[in-house]
Amino acid sequence: MSENGFEPKIIAFLCNWCSYRAADLAGTARMKYEPNVRMVRVMCSGRVDPSFVLKALALGADGVMIAGCHPGECHYLEQNYKAMRRYYMLRHSLRALGIEDERVRLQWASAAEGAQLASAINEMIDQVRKLGPLHWRQNWSENGDHREAISRMPEEHREAMEVPA
Amino acid sequence: MSERVGVYICHCGSNIAGTIDVEQVARWAGEELEGVVVSREYKFMCSSLGQELIQEDIRKENLTRVVIGACSPHLHEKTFRRTCTAAGLNPYLMQMASLREQVSWVTVDKRAATEKAKAMISGAVRRVIEQEELTASQVPVNPATLVVGGGIAGIQAALELADAGYPVYLLEREPSIGGHMAQFDKTFPTLDCAACILTPKMSDVGTHDGITLLSYSEVEEVSGFVGSFHARIRKKARYIDEEKCNGCGICIEKCPKKVVDEVFEAGLGLRKAIYRPFPQAVPKFPLIDRPTCIYFERGTCKACEKFCPTDAIDFEQTDTYLDLDVGNIVLATGYKLFSAAKIPQYGYGRLANVFTSLEFERMCNAAGPTEGKIVMRDGVTRPQSVAIVHCVGSRDKRNHPYCSAVCCMSALKFGHLVMEKTDAKVYSFYIDMRPLHKGYEEFYDRLLTEGMTFIRGRVAEVTDAARLPGEEGKLVVQVEDTLIGRQRRIPVDMVILMAALEPQEDARDVGLKFGISCSMDGWFTERHPKLDPVATMTDGIFIAGTCQGPKDIPDSVAQGAAAAARIAGMISKGSVMIEPVVATIHEERCSGCRICNNLCPFNAIEYLEEKAVSWINAALCKGCGTCIAGCPAQAISGAHFSNLQIFSEIEGLLYDALCSNGAGAPQSEIAVEAL
Repeated sequence: MSENGFEPKIIAFLCNWCSYRAADLAGTARMKYEPNVRMVRVMCSGRVDPSFVLKALALGADGVMIAGCHPGECHYLEQNYKAMRRYYMLRHSLRALGIEDERVRLQWASAAEGAQLASAINEMIDQVRKLGPLHWRQNWSENGDHREAISRMPEEHREAMEVPA
Repeated sequence: MSERVGVYICHCGSNIAGTIDVEQVARWAGEELEGVVVSREYKFMCSSLGQELIQEDIRKENLTRVVIGACSPHLHEKTFRRTCTAAGLNPYLMQMASLREQVSWVTVDKRAATEKAKAMISGAVRRVIEQEELTASQVPVNPATLVVGGGIAGIQAALELADAGYPVYLLEREPSIGGHMAQFDKTFPTLDCAACILTPKMSDVGTHDGITLLSYSEVEEVSGFVGSFHARIRKKARYIDEEKCNGCGICIEKCPKKVVDEVFEAGLGLRKAIYRPFPQAVPKFPLIDRPTCIYFERGTCKACEKFCPTDAIDFEQTDTYLDLDVGNIVLATGYKLFSAAKIPQYGYGRLANVFTSLEFERMCNAAGPTEGKIVMRDGVTRPQSVAIVHCVGSRDKRNHPYCSAVCCMSALKFGHLVMEKTDAKVYSFYIDMRPLHKGYEEFYDRLLTEGMTFIRGRVAEVTDAARLPGEEGKLVVQVEDTLIGRQRRIPVDMVILMAALEPQEDARDVGLKFGISCSMDGWFTERHPKLDPVATMTDGIFIAGTCQGPKDIPDSVAQGAAAAARIAGMISKGSVMIEPVVATIHEERCSGCRICNNLCPFNAIEYLEEKAVSWINAALCKGCGTCIAGCPAQAISGAHFSNLQIFSEIEGLLYDALCSNGAGAPQSEIAVEAL
């Protein structure tokens, strides 16, 4: 627990075929991780609409994890690549809105990687705990800096289109 | 009409109730969550009494939705769907919250676990209210089955299915079926000869009307789904016309080129450039090994062609492709042996008289390179003493952490064979003896009385550097004898390394091709380790034998038969249920932008020119939902994973978030529309 008692809330979208099974495995192996994460099952990381992430943040989540199969191992052949492209675009948009990169994390976890998933969750919780609460809705209405944020968005989007190697 | 939700929290004995205050969660759900009319907890929800409890509520309380807080849906979703169906509720109106795998088993703090459980129940309740009735579609099952791998597990699966009257394609990438078992001499603990029990089965496969044998072939591509898979097979060129060849073997006799047989004889014996891996090979046709054949190298020779009485040699032959339609697939792709040279201190490859278990297996075999004589690398000297080193690469964090399951018994078998065939003294260096199955402990007892010496300890080194008198010219096994707590040096003539079983080199690629996953070690992952050991997460793909993990012959045979039984059940039923989780495009909202067309890797989305909209072929859709997330007009909806359902789940999961962050109560209308 952090000094001021802040405990972040993380929403994690888990692919049914790999990371959801990794979570099952973490459970079966009784690996312990922090209780701040709440999981949503989706059939594929490619199903994660960027609006799911925004919705979670808007409703009070302090961070969002999207977990899917490793590149090249997608149950649906290549949909995790699409998730990855969306993730980078979304991250650029979020940056423009003043949301730190650490709050939205893309995590690859195969069905065998319960330990990796658990440690990624712990790591993310730790990072978000240090960042403090998001208070997105509250900050949004109080600061009202959104005009500037919106004016920055076209440039951010251009950057986002450059998919990293 | 507002929905009437029933919430059921399972204790799972103490698995859940030991960490989560289940009474509190159930009470809270009943009092606080909108729509919940019944909320109960019960010791074992999946038991028949637990299920009856739910069914009684569905009938008496007119429940329209059910939420079950128990284990992972991967374990009991089917069970509880059946429960609902039997009580007249559509099975897709039930939602599970994984309180055991995702909360109680992974959380230390009881209070935090209870709070997390509440959030998960809240998410499930919000989601289930938005769920819709769905009907699973039934698709016909093609009665043909593709069995990949012709080792003992694959052979068993193929024979079981073919004997039941169903067509089977048995594919093997090597020139002959038989797998590793064909290389063995004796099998533990009964010491019956491997060939005597395997070759009849092999010839049964070769002559069975129901089995199409595709030897020396590989699967190139697999598509489709349970009931109707489509596989593209590459039949590698043997340079033999199978129609003409009668298997006389004159070509092999006449071939002037001898090469070391690295595969079947494990490098101990020779074969010709045109060869049959072993005399009882099925199919009987030889093949030309292109890289070593003189004709392919220099353009002249053709000795085999000259002497072939049936004109069966065809140097122009090329790989051919075959397209198969099958209903189910069994993967029985087996294992490979750990390369003992990876542990340099054991000296394999450097010290001549260090052998691997497979080399020794060939040496013992009466049909092997030494005709069954146990001799040192020079081919004549009989060893006076033999050391058998267990756990080479197994139970070793630097290599494979798992136990290879068969080496203890193989080592006992080797000990017996050495003592039977020579006067040598035999030492076994073991960590723990693991004779686990029927008759195995008795075999261990027998070896103890036969005089095999057992030294408990992991071998540190095998060396030819003599330090003490009596060590000159010997291999010295350095070990800490953990039973007497002392370092020992045992001089021997021959060392046998019991190398670990490891997954095939290309196991991960094969897994990807068939849409199944591998464990961290690289073994194929079963649907459930205890209750569903031969099925996989992909319907219609089964696994059998050592590709799933190290196991011995009886277990491999049992798995092959089990996979066949599962498939025979589906075929005899005639149809199989397919999850109705597919995407649909709402024509009136589709602008025809075609963004979704390129998102689908299964080509399930077509553009209808005349209507200027896209359309999803439900038979091809696998339900990943990527197109739904990609549609800029939100014109695509996904059954059972709709935007509304997922949004509602997020709202439910975060029921407490805005309050605790001090920004007031959650309001559902924000965000989505605005964003």
